Amino acid sequence: MISDLNHCFPLRRGRVHEVFGAAAFGFAAVACAQARGDLLWITEGWRAERINPLGLAAFFDPSRLLIAQTKDQTEVLAVAEEALRDGCIGFVVLSLTRPLDLREGRRLQLAAEKGRATGLCLIPEGMGSNATQSRWQAVPLLGANADSTLMRWQIIKNKEGTIGAWNVRWDAAAHRLDVVSTVAKRPCSAPAPA
Amino acid sequence: MWFPRLPSDRVLRLRPLDAAFALTQRQANTDRLYCVNLRARRLGLHPGMSFTDAHALCPDLISQPADPPADARFLAMLRRWATRYCPWVGVEAGDGLVLDITGSAHLLGGEADLLADMRARLARAGLAVQIGLADTRGAAWALARHGEGVAQAGAGLAAIGGLPVAALRLDPALVVGLQRLGLRHIADLAAAARAPLARRFGPELMLRLDQALGAQPEQISPQQEPPHYGVRLTLPEPIGLAADVMAGTARLLDQLCAKLKAQAMGARVLQLTLRRVDQANQQVDLRLAGPMRDPARILPLFARGIEAVDAGFGIDQLRLEAVQVEALAAEQSSISLHLRAGHVAPPRKDGLEDLITRIGTRIGLENVQRFLPADSHIPERAFLIAPAAYCAPEAGWVALRPRPLVLFAPEPIQAKGPQPPRAFRWRRMALTTARATGPERIAPEWWLDDENWRHGLRDYWRVETHEGRRLWLFYTPQNPNWCVQGEFA
Repeated sequence: MISDLNHCFPLRRGRVHEVFGAAAFGFAAVACAQARGDLLWITEGWRAERINPLGLAAFFDPSRLLIAQTKDQTEVLAVAEEALRDGCIGFVVLSLTRPLDLREGRRLQLAAEKGRATGLCLIPEGMGSNATQSRWQAVPLLGANADSTLMRWQIIKNKEGTIGAWNVRWDAAAHRLDVVSTVAKRPCSAPAPA
Repeated sequence: MWFPRLPSDRVLRLRPLDAAFALTQRQANTDRLYCVNLRARRLGLHPGMSFTDAHALCPDLISQPADPPADARFLAMLRRWATRYCPWVGVEAGDGLVLDITGSAHLLGGEADLLADMRARLARAGLAVQIGLADTRGAAWALARHGEGVAQAGAGLAAIGGLPVAALRLDPALVVGLQRLGLRHIADLAAAARAPLARRFGPELMLRLDQALGAQPEQISPQQEPPHYGVRLTLPEPIGLAADVMAGTARLLDQLCAKLKAQAMGARVLQLTLRRVDQANQQVDLRLAGPMRDPARILPLFARGIEAVDAGFGIDQLRLEAVQVEALAAEQSSISLHLRAGHVAPPRKDGLEDLITRIGTRIGLENVQRFLPADSHIPERAFLIAPAAYCAPEAGWVALRPRPLVLFAPEPIQAKGPQPPRAFRWRRMALTTARATGPERIAPEWWLDDENWRHGLRDYWRVETHEGRRLWLFYTPQNPNWCVQGEFA
């Protein structure tokens, strides 16, 4: 059974979610665009990939975004917990490099519940935490026309609801997420090697 | 108190010289003398003379560019020093001090002793000084600049009557006008009819004369000491528990914030010094994301720093200082009162600043950042990353062409020719090109020497692969090479 994307996206408030895959940054950008209030993006300072505000401008106004650069993952988690608990920030994105144990995952969930803020962890594939509310896989797809942002989103864990997969595209002009077609009808795509 | 050669004395104090010395200042494309020492003056040099003339008169003249702001700072320091004689000290015209020693001369044994003490101390410091002492500020000024002297109490015109009219703090043009009329001395001026003079020269002349003679009052406005934002608490018994230190800090914060409030200031950087009984100091620094003076908001921010302090055998003195303060308008406090009372808080800004501070105490305030738009077409320079605590969000993000979501340092790939490769390997993945959009040529900014742009022009291509990844590739035609620099959503 294929469920409706609206049941699981926008991501549920007051919880922490996870996403992995080659289009994880795209997923995070769409999720940020649909969140309210200020945004915080936490990464470890040594990482080579930097988010580009001009690229993000197609999704949301980069002046809403704060970034935090930390020394290691412990600090990433500490900053995320602080920000989630505080509730001033509506949406927190964390880039993780090692798996969370149950205690760390649970602490993030409790903090998010307290502050009514949403968290999203960008994780390496296969390093999900058991405490997460939902886990998504996002991979880019080749679109039929140029300048596309076609992605395949698959929810592979959902604590409250069913799982499913959708092909989506971000409409930058209307600032809206379009569901393109269901997975079954997908003609020309193969999951990208991660 | 007039310092006739303050700037050159200041420089020569640091580097004593036994030669003619002058400070020069560039005015209207000419180097002019700004201040000369005594020896140079004896050789006929004077301020305002052009430097080349001075050099012709005195070939071994040693010179240095003048630094008026440093002179002003030096004078402010002297002003502070002069408060040892009396509390009312003001700065006079950039090279003098004016002291109201009424009622404080007896502390040093009378006026003569006071002047002797002043002269001795300033001579030891290497400063030339001319001191005039009189009943009025105008008369003292006249005496200091024109032949140094002490006017007896109530002497009035008798003391300054013989001085030239220039001693009345008049405009030079006015002085020339008076001299043309034959009024060379103050006594002449005082004897002349007032009304025609006032009509001819304006009210200033008579005002200055009256001020010098005491018919018009004139105040000395002492400069205020800059407020000091530091408080301390000394304890009879040493304390060691974090909770106790927090309680002490809370008391200090209440005092400090009251001080800040009285001055309409907010603390930006706070420093808590804990003195241990073994004289070792422990310091807790707190850098705030915005100016604050609400003790209830600041205190929790100290908790983390105080936890980390090693109390040793105990702490017997706490000292809290606002090292850096900024102006903070008064209405901010009422908003924070609402916050404390548990109302639903409409202003999110305060909360966000607190959060930035809290995060900043853990990872460093400069690591909480914000993107600011920058004016450049180079992709990695089209934005700035600035500490969020020190800048406001800026609008004006325009991407004329699609830009990747993620940027990284260019990663070279194996490919040849100006057209994008049909198949290539990147990060150990075999990718085949499905569609390539481009090229978009970006030229380096030649006015900036950028290491990464040494290879010259770049032709950027947006490459969509059959595997799904949408990459941002560039080709450098001047130095044939292909690189991947970013990835689209």
